[in-house]
Amino acid sequence: MKLIFERGYKGRGSEHLPDCDVPVCQLPESMIRAEQPALPEVSEIELVRHYTELEKQTYGVNDGFYPLGSCTMKYNPRINEEMASLPGFTNIHPLQSQDTVQGCMEVLYKAEEALNEITGMDRFTMQPSAGAHGEFTGLLLIRAWHLHHGNTQRTKVIVPDSAHGTNPATVTMAGYETVNVPSTKDSLVDLDALREAVGEDTAGLMLTNPNTLGLFDPNIGEITKIIHDAGGLCYYDGANLNAVMGQARPGDMGFDCVHLNVHKTFSAPHGGGGPGSGPVGCKAFLAPFLPGPVVEKENGAYTFKTPKFSFGRVRGFHGNFLVLVKTLTYILSLGREGIPEASANAVLNANYLMNRIAKDYDIASGSHCMHEFVITLERLQKETGVSALDVAKRLIDYGIHPPTMYFPLNVKEALMVEPVETEPLETLDEVAAIFEQVMEEARENPDLLHGAPHNAPIGRPDEVNAARNPVLRYTP
Amino acid sequence: MGCYVPNTKAQQQKMLETIGFTSFDDLYKVIPESMRVKSLKLEPGKSELEVRRIMEELAAKNNPFKSIFRGAGSYDHYIPSVVKSVTSKESFLTAYTPYQAEISQGVLQSIFEYQTMICELTGMDVSNASVYDGPVAAAEAVLMCETRKRSRVVLSGALHPHVIEVVKTYCDARSVEVTVVPPKGGKTDMEGVKDALKDDVACLCFQQPGYYGIIEDAEALCALAHETGAKSVMYVNPISMALLKTPAECGADIAVGEGQPLGIPMSFGGPYLGFMATTQRMMRQLPGRIVGETTDSRGGRAFVLTLQAREQHIRREKASSNICTNQALCAMTASVYLAAMGPSGLEACATQCHSKAVYAKDQLVLIKGISLCYDEPFFHEFVTTCPVDPDILNRRLAKEGILGGLPINEGLLWCVTEKQSKEEIDRMVAVAREVCES
Repeated sequence: MKLIFERGYKGRGSEHLPDCDVPVCQLPESMIRAEQPALPEVSEIELVRHYTELEKQTYGVNDGFYPLGSCTMKYNPRINEEMASLPGFTNIHPLQSQDTVQGCMEVLYKAEEALNEITGMDRFTMQPSAGAHGEFTGLLLIRAWHLHHGNTQRTKVIVPDSAHGTNPATVTMAGYETVNVPSTKDSLVDLDALREAVGEDTAGLMLTNPNTLGLFDPNIGEITKIIHDAGGLCYYDGANLNAVMGQARPGDMGFDCVHLNVHKTFSAPHGGGGPGSGPVGCKAFLAPFLPGPVVEKENGAYTFKTPKFSFGRVRGFHGNFLVLVKTLTYILSLGREGIPEASANAVLNANYLMNRIAKDYDIASGSHCMHEFVITLERLQKETGVSALDVAKRLIDYGIHPPTMYFPLNVKEALMVEPVETEPLETLDEVAAIFEQVMEEARENPDLLHGAPHNAPIGRPDEVNAARNPVLRYTP
Repeated sequence: MGCYVPNTKAQQQKMLETIGFTSFDDLYKVIPESMRVKSLKLEPGKSELEVRRIMEELAAKNNPFKSIFRGAGSYDHYIPSVVKSVTSKESFLTAYTPYQAEISQGVLQSIFEYQTMICELTGMDVSNASVYDGPVAAAEAVLMCETRKRSRVVLSGALHPHVIEVVKTYCDARSVEVTVVPPKGGKTDMEGVKDALKDDVACLCFQQPGYYGIIEDAEALCALAHETGAKSVMYVNPISMALLKTPAECGADIAVGEGQPLGIPMSFGGPYLGFMATTQRMMRQLPGRIVGETTDSRGGRAFVLTLQAREQHIRREKASSNICTNQALCAMTASVYLAAMGPSGLEACATQCHSKAVYAKDQLVLIKGISLCYDEPFFHEFVTTCPVDPDILNRRLAKEGILGGLPINEGLLWCVTEKQSKEEIDRMVAVAREVCES
């Protein structure tokens, strides 16, 4: 497909601005760039057709089943988008005086109230812009608290081996050292290994519960107690909250702080990779260290306050505000019954699909799961040479987005499937039939899968060449 | 009301039975009873109409201004209609990060095109696919420069205060020391920077145009940094790049900035767009997603996420950044904006910003008690004194639907873009005159 730079014609373009109605001023020649940037020169119809073509080569939740594990690709309600486009939100300058932005501040306040209730926390910062940014903020919160209490010897953060890659990367960014603890053969936290790992140098623990295998760790109360007894704090990675929202709260499991991926759990769309939003909540004792400002309510008016021992900002202004408008819209729509109903159906759909395909596929995560489950294709790979990658690519031919591949790392030839609550039964049945069909093909005609996909816009790309000979921009 | 779950109660019951359960509670038996939520203290779910009423009421509690003369990191530019129309396309909106290249060529190509446009604007060799916002881009950039021997960064005090704060947060965590050189005459203090640049300094970071609107001698600043072996990080306004010497021409090692002016609404501060571009030499230190061109199994052109050996999901604790989700749709917004404007449209926009800011300044300083604080070439922001309490002036302007300059120590930091007509500027100046001279 043509690039936008390969369309159009020199000198072509659309006029969007009137003529300058004040005397035109030029900057001194010495300050001016040598050449105009070589931006596209296209008419509006060329521009629109270009992106319409790009859209046709893009697969979103609105195109079909999207069981991308750990990413919670649920339906993104249209009302959310419309509310986030209200001019009363979009046309607001972030540095307006507080009396002129009471509506925005109320959105932040109300969203925070609801998130506190859902997570069992006491305060939130809305600044973090994505999950990984939330993790970073959460660890800085833990760090600020330790430093405030003179705990300079606490330099290590414990991370189970099933964790998302962002967890250990975050630990390093926050100036800590990662201590990996292995999982038991049931893929849960190994309590003995954990007891051995904690000590005077433990700053905290980062944990996803349910974990990346889709398993809720029933020992969670003991796990957080071991950390607390050792003087550490517990961080809840909220990536998998969709399994338990309205059913169980991180705050009641013993966690001290948490980040949420509202672009997963609370239905804001991913936009092809963002913008997301990763608010961080904490128990009251950590609140004085949060990034500022936060919204307080005083005498019926909303006001910005910077917490007493705030460790500083993690981004400009107030976070990805419009994403939080979508969050609040969603929470208002679901309410107290809808939230647990959503999570229960997410768990039901996952268990149903797992059950339907378990006769053909080896499940790495036991007989019952939460919102997602992990398939291991190790046996298939040994017997036929067909890998998880091959199966994933063949699923594309049947019009569904592949599951997350090769994750978690402690499962060989892994495919991680998260069907979410917004998929109807009929889709799950169709998908189960497709999985069955693909397994049959894998056994009868492995080459068919090695060469897949066959009817996608492109065949498999040469990733090795891309990395060895990087072409990272268009050059005429 | 409802939670977008399509399955009927009867279907749900049938599904439960299929998997050997009788009730939903069975699904959660693994969770200790003491941890189960009985009932959330939230209001009952609401219909779409009720939710709409609530949200519209909240939006109505804000006061959007008709004429905006405030910038300071968020800018009111005209956004062509085509921008929103293209970026609202549902497949773009509802796709995840393009892990599966075969069915994500649209998103991947759009990022590749975005990277190219950022390289064109800044003159740099390589761009990433975006980070959260401008201040975070600056923080990631200064950390790209850190080495074992060079673990201090020097910041110009003429950077946006949020940039300074965020850079400090990121650096504190890694025990990278931050030295802020206070501004002098509304711009970077060249002598102060010279003194601060010792051989333990990893980089100098400054803003172009500076927080107070003044155009810096960027070439000289980059040269100062390089003389001591430090890198230079330029935080640039992307609209001004249509006119000003590019970071590459100035000798910068990394160019970053806030992409919001490129077609993204002000939206009370977000979502915005942090852009980052660097030289070929520093390409492998660049954090975040990068899209590359390659070929597919049929020999055709294809795009993929590449150089992933840098990233968290491969390197885990050895990764230099943890970024995963970025601001992809905002990056696409910027691309559509730049393609809609074209090189001449963008230049016209920048020239109008500058011309109108100069006109507004010329008119404002005719008012008794208002004078320009720093008489230096500026792009579209400038600082004046204010003979009355700035809040009084701004409140009066607000009554006319005008958002006045941002109150700062010196007085007011004004911004004028192409969007404000001569008539609007004249009206703003008339109200200011009335307040200041009465």
